[in-house]
Amino acid sequence: MNDMNPDSYVTPDGRTIGGKVLEMRNITLRFGGVVAIKNITFDIREGEIRAIIGPNGAGKSSMLNVINGFYHPQEGEIYFHGEKRKPMKPYQIAKQGIARTFQNIALFKGMSTLDNIMTGRFNHMKTNFFLQMLWKGPAEKEEAENREIVEKVIDFLEIQAIRKTPVGALPYGLQKRVELGRALAAQPRLLLLDEPMAGMNVEEKEDMSRFILDVNDEFGTTIALIEHDMGVVMDISDRVVVMDYGKKIGDGTPDEVRNNQAVIDAYLGVDHG
Amino acid sequence: MFYREAGDYKKSYAEDSQTFPLKLDRYAYYALLLVAFLVVPFVINDYWAAAVLIPFLIWSIAALGLNILTGYCGQVSLGTGGFMAVGAYASYKLMTSFPELNILIIVLLSGVITAGVGVIFGLPSLRIKGFYLAVATLAAQFFLIWLFNKVPWFYNYSASGQITSPKREMFGFEVTGPSASAEAKYLFILVLVVGLAWVARNLTRGRIGRSWMAIRDMDIAAEIIGVNPLKTKLVAFAVSSFYIGIAGALFFSVYLGAVEVGEAFGILKSFLVLFMIIIGGLGSILGSFIGAAFLVIMPVMLKNIMVGYFGWPIDLAAQTELVIIGFLIMLTLILEPHGVAQLWRFIKQKLRLWPFPH
Repeated sequence: MNDMNPDSYVTPDGRTIGGKVLEMRNITLRFGGVVAIKNITFDIREGEIRAIIGPNGAGKSSMLNVINGFYHPQEGEIYFHGEKRKPMKPYQIAKQGIARTFQNIALFKGMSTLDNIMTGRFNHMKTNFFLQMLWKGPAEKEEAENREIVEKVIDFLEIQAIRKTPVGALPYGLQKRVELGRALAAQPRLLLLDEPMAGMNVEEKEDMSRFILDVNDEFGTTIALIEHDMGVVMDISDRVVVMDYGKKIGDGTPDEVRNNQAVIDAYLGVDHG
Repeated sequence: MFYREAGDYKKSYAEDSQTFPLKLDRYAYYALLLVAFLVVPFVINDYWAAAVLIPFLIWSIAALGLNILTGYCGQVSLGTGGFMAVGAYASYKLMTSFPELNILIIVLLSGVITAGVGVIFGLPSLRIKGFYLAVATLAAQFFLIWLFNKVPWFYNYSASGQITSPKREMFGFEVTGPSASAEAKYLFILVLVVGLAWVARNLTRGRIGRSWMAIRDMDIAAEIIGVNPLKTKLVAFAVSSFYIGIAGALFFSVYLGAVEVGEAFGILKSFLVLFMIIIGGLGSILGSFIGAAFLVIMPVMLKNIMVGYFGWPIDLAAQTELVIIGFLIMLTLILEPHGVAQLWRFIKQKLRLWPFPH
């Protein structure tokens, strides 16, 4: 599996994974003298669930921030759908079809669940300022069309009952779900999830795992996720990148990674005795 | 018992997202509009127009403007007075330079000019946030007032440094100048208020409003959704300044008639509008009106009670009034930070279930 040459592969559960959606080549990211990411190369393929794991401070979140443009790496190249990506602002990258959720929930607290998810449709709504001013006509029509897509997301995530509740008043697990909904509403080509299950109990984790698998299955969305719960990661992901101290120490299927000596050392420590 | 959704079925998403989802609310709103347009003009007198109705309508426009910027987009501004002055001086220069121009066009153009000035002073908002942005807009306030005081071109080199509004007509009725009737002034402003409130509601309910609120609530998340922060903030500054500029133009040309800039548009006016939206409710169209009504009507009411009813001396009444208003602002901030509009939402929620609370 470490061989990156074939254009597609078939997962054990029979899904065919396509070509490279995103390719990171020799990425190095420094903050002053601190090297957060050291010369990392990996790819994410069409339709797969790709996990990035590693101990705390390994540079996983920095990697997501590089992908969606909050950080700009000093060295290396990023290819999105085969094209080399110029340095871009996060909102420009969003327009290319990359959506994400955050480790600490980043919802719009003053808005309802519906409005939060509707905001996810921002890039798909085109009516200009003056049509918005008049509302009647194109703006209202566009709003209704996008509302329909949002309602599908709401149905999918089973959050119909909290449609009009301000998100600040929701429990943690539901907030995570709304945030996933907001990212889904954008109909991204690549969905980045930063610790989607952090702080959840077992039941909530099971629900969230189900949603992630269903998103991948029903919409064919390519997903890259960071997660600490090894059980979950090994169960749901197709391929795993392992990072430690900013370096890539493993890359492959869950089974390959599980048996990788460097990975075991990083997680369990090395016997110095 | 009667105030609820039951039986009021929504058949489309457009119906579901209308401004007044409840029938009763809708009818109350239409009734209010009817009274404002068809009843009030026949009973209005000069005292009511000058003391209550016209200032209320003009301050409502200013409060709407500031609420778009501060309540919806989360950018605190203390430059409201300065931007109102821009609107006032723009309308003065336009009226004196183009005597043929219709007053409505002049007022709208003054808003456009103020929007331009607002965008320039909104540029720092990309780099600075919250308290620091407030200080930057405070600088705008003082700079603009200074500018209109120091550059004689703005007041057409008049000896007193004041600007005076010439006579202008709308459909043959005078709306500015000393001999304009209360009814004409009132209706002229009312049409603008209704139109501007409608536009504000439309802008805040859709894509643009959501992008403002997204920037307000979590700018990083807004950015990864595709919202361009600078553009969004500048649009908010432009729209907000447009409203405030119109309020300033009306305040000068229709209401006061003659203006000395430091007195009419000083820093106190910036705070007044800020208090209006805090008391009324940040991020609420209704809140802007409630806040404006509160801070316009309450001083008049208090003065009438204290001077007229208790027979207190005027200076004592004026001081007590300040104390009471200050106290109310503190009380709102502590008890209900989302203002009277939130209180109103809460009451409506209770009413829906009344008389059985479960």
